[in-house]
Amino acid sequence: MKESERHTPITDLLLAQRTHNRILSIGTSAPRVDAYDKVTGRVEYASDYYGNNVVWAGVKRAGVPHARLKTIDSSRAEKHPGFICVLTHENVSGTNRQGVVKKDQPVLVDDKVRYCGDAIALVLAENKTALKESLDLITLDFISLPPVLDVEKAMESGSPLVHDNNSDGNILLKGELRIGLGSAAEEECDFLVEACFETQRQEHAYLETEAGWAYMDEDGRLVIVCSTQTPFRDRMEVAESLGLDTGRVRIIAPYTGGAFGGKDGVTLQSFLGLAALNTKGRPVKMCWDREESFLAGTKRHPARMYYRLGAKKDGSLHCLDVRLYLDTGPYDHLGGVVLAQALEHAGGPYRIPNVVLRGWCVYTNNPIGGAFRGFGVTQVTAAIEQIMDMLADRMDMDPLELRLKNALKRGDKNCVGKTLVSSTGMIDCLEILSKHSVWTERETWKRSGVPFRQRGVGLAAVMQGLGYGPVVPDYANAKVELTSEGNIRVYCGVVDMGQGNDTANLQIVSHILGQNPDRIELVQPDTDRTLPSGSASASRCTYTFGNALIGAATTLMDRILKRAADFMMAARNEELVLVPGGVRCLLTGHEIPLSKIAKLLSHDERVATHHFRAPVATEVITTDQNLRLHGLPHTIFSYAAHLACVEVDELTGKVEIKRYLAVSDCGKVLNPQIFEQQIHGGIAQGIGYALSEDLEVLEGRMLNSNLSTYLLPTAEDVPEIYSVAVEIYEPTGPFGLKGVGEISTNGPLPAVSNAVADACGIRVHQSPLTPERVLGAILKNRGRGEHVEDHV
Amino acid sequence: MSTLRITFRLNRKEIQIEAAPDRRVSDVLREDLGLTGTKESCGAGDCGACTILVDGESRLSCLMLAAQIQGHEITTIEGLAKDQRVHLLQKTFVEHGAIQCGFCTPGIVLASLDLLKRNPNPTRAQIREGLVGNLCRCTGYQKIVDAVQAAAVSVQEEESL
Repeated sequence: MKESERHTPITDLLLAQRTHNRILSIGTSAPRVDAYDKVTGRVEYASDYYGNNVVWAGVKRAGVPHARLKTIDSSRAEKHPGFICVLTHENVSGTNRQGVVKKDQPVLVDDKVRYCGDAIALVLAENKTALKESLDLITLDFISLPPVLDVEKAMESGSPLVHDNNSDGNILLKGELRIGLGSAAEEECDFLVEACFETQRQEHAYLETEAGWAYMDEDGRLVIVCSTQTPFRDRMEVAESLGLDTGRVRIIAPYTGGAFGGKDGVTLQSFLGLAALNTKGRPVKMCWDREESFLAGTKRHPARMYYRLGAKKDGSLHCLDVRLYLDTGPYDHLGGVVLAQALEHAGGPYRIPNVVLRGWCVYTNNPIGGAFRGFGVTQVTAAIEQIMDMLADRMDMDPLELRLKNALKRGDKNCVGKTLVSSTGMIDCLEILSKHSVWTERETWKRSGVPFRQRGVGLAAVMQGLGYGPVVPDYANAKVELTSEGNIRVYCGVVDMGQGNDTANLQIVSHILGQNPDRIELVQPDTDRTLPSGSASASRCTYTFGNALIGAATTLMDRILKRAADFMMAARNEELVLVPGGVRCLLTGHEIPLSKIAKLLSHDERVATHHFRAPVATEVITTDQNLRLHGLPHTIFSYAAHLACVEVDELTGKVEIKRYLAVSDCGKVLNPQIFEQQIHGGIAQGIGYALSEDLEVLEGRMLNSNLSTYLLPTAEDVPEIYSVAVEIYEPTGPFGLKGVGEISTNGPLPAVSNAVADACGIRVHQSPLTPERVLGAILKNRGRGEHVEDHV
Repeated sequence: MSTLRITFRLNRKEIQIEAAPDRRVSDVLREDLGLTGTKESCGAGDCGACTILVDGESRLSCLMLAAQIQGHEITTIEGLAKDQRVHLLQKTFVEHGAIQCGFCTPGIVLASLDLLKRNPNPTRAQIREGLVGNLCRCTGYQKIVDAVQAAAVSVQEEESL
């Protein structure tokens, strides 16, 4: 490569990136607005702050799973020259409790330790080295308590309790739903299969660990800049736990370096706040290292899932019986909501007339279970989609045929009895998959393998609910301003954690107001400047905020045109059109610039806001108010059909994914490139979940809390992915869109597992499908000369 | 530990710093010199987010100590643009959608540059193999492979003119 040819003018790149000279239309792959600053290293993440005179803060953590805290001895740390101070629960003025639904997690431990990551003391020091050394010099004394480690044992009477005052022993939330005859309908089935599936704990492993900084501003208000998905909720949690008025706390949320649910809720915000209250005016910084991120961060809940699925001779599903146990660790976080979501999706995208679903979300002294892309759907999809293949095998029916025969259509009721009233493209996804060459050429592909390497293909049909469910309001407030200079400023209320919603916002505003991107400025979420718009989660960012933004941009357009019509003596708005930089009269051809119109409007008139609240299910499918509060049921769903093609090394048990196809109904696509990014990224995380990622915990302690032993997929582990969008218009969505953020992560585990079964005639009921497990099943199968599936 | 005077070239400029010889290069760059485009993610050499170029070859700055860069030419992501021109790889990363959260991006761009220098015409499999030391949690890698391949093709097309 010649040196002179390696470079392209920055101005050219800006052109390509912001496409300065044209309006970004809906439906085009407009380059991401953040890409240029990210590729040049200019984006400032929360972890990139190194201010003058900054104090470093860090947390002394318990290191034991269950114990009463006796003493904290910081006398040796206090002699360290770089030590500033140590803060304990006694320095916390508020409730010292945080949590999204149930406030059961202390900021700093004040009674007992409930997991190894519990925070005991907050230490402030002059620099990073002094901080680390001071933390090491603090010693803790405990009285050990017997740990609660297994979900089913935790529910037995006589089990030690994680929370002494919890009303239902170690059960955080339980739920039961019965549809039709429930399991009594098993007698009417011609075929019945049964299995227990266990899925593992998954680590988010965002490249940017939890990080942020904080300071007291000149008015004595607490300002926290941090990597978060939930600035507005954080503000309330921090204020309450630290005893501050909500109005005295400001949260600023820059781009995150990945989040995936792990930054949904408070991670280090309260520590930063408490620290800033005690630094005598100096700014304070905190950045967890990788091990601390593993230790203290939330995980995808490990699940144990007992399934019985029955069908009639003609292939129609007839009954489903599910028992579901989730290990939520010591604190609620979002565990109850994950359980409700898992129950709702436990039957997959199928019509099943008789259902009984029972689930328990259980406290233990293991790491905290919390939000993770897929949010409970990932676990139950692994179960239902594997047992669907087991049923197809039992019935000697093609697995695609079985799915097509039972797939949900609009107007059907899903497994919790909720009528599907929004766009429902499950059959469309399956049909498009059935015509794709990866499916039609599968037999040829399977036969072209090499000796000792068996090839197989596996399907998964997936659905994912959007938003918060029937009770918790899923709302957004968008704000768009015509600046005094005649530019457009968009106040984004929902964090862009990497998923690209900022670009979608830019596209929506550019499209509606007819302005080129160089005249549009985006303001990142900031509780002082932008308006409350909920979390960056639940596949709802562009759906909910996009709808609000359409309203705000349309209102502003109307105001601009009305004032321009008055000024230009036009009879009505329709005679005028917004063009880049101004308004043109279509009758006269005369144009006035936006900068001039801005002067004709008052400040209040130049700012348009719009509130949108997502529709909710009107059907009441359960009288259990607690389940409803926790989000059951949803009313808008995305759908997908996945196909994995794998090669299994019979000598080592290693599974390689050679090709992958995902056909997704996520409504209309606003930006095809960003849509694909979400599909690819979700599948890669799902592949890690299927094959290698397993956060191992023994007696409450993590065994592999680093990236050399917790194995994320590399570029060689993710195959070429074929992604097809089935663009069915969703009438309630912005420009017909539904959520795309989570759904694709649910497909890989069951699709790969079904493909391994297809290749080798084995079924591994415990994920991930490591070489040891696969080889063990192959050898066992060979020894018995039969399938080892758990058929009834 | 006492400090050491260390002289090296950083992004084409000769500089001199005072640093403890055992200070990590990633801290020197980020904290002492304000070049925060170099990221730290694992601090243990597992993820590649802190990749820099040392004499044109990719190295992990979280595993290097300040004394080791004495007399060497260091390139960070901030130094890739030259004479108001960004690197072709940066352009293809933007155009091909190879960037999501962006935290791995600086490291992957620099590792890709080293890869293309060693192999100007890599297959997709060779690109994947070459980037195996750089973790990305967002993209699934496919668009990164697209971007690296496009940069390689673009250079070859220009050279054949």
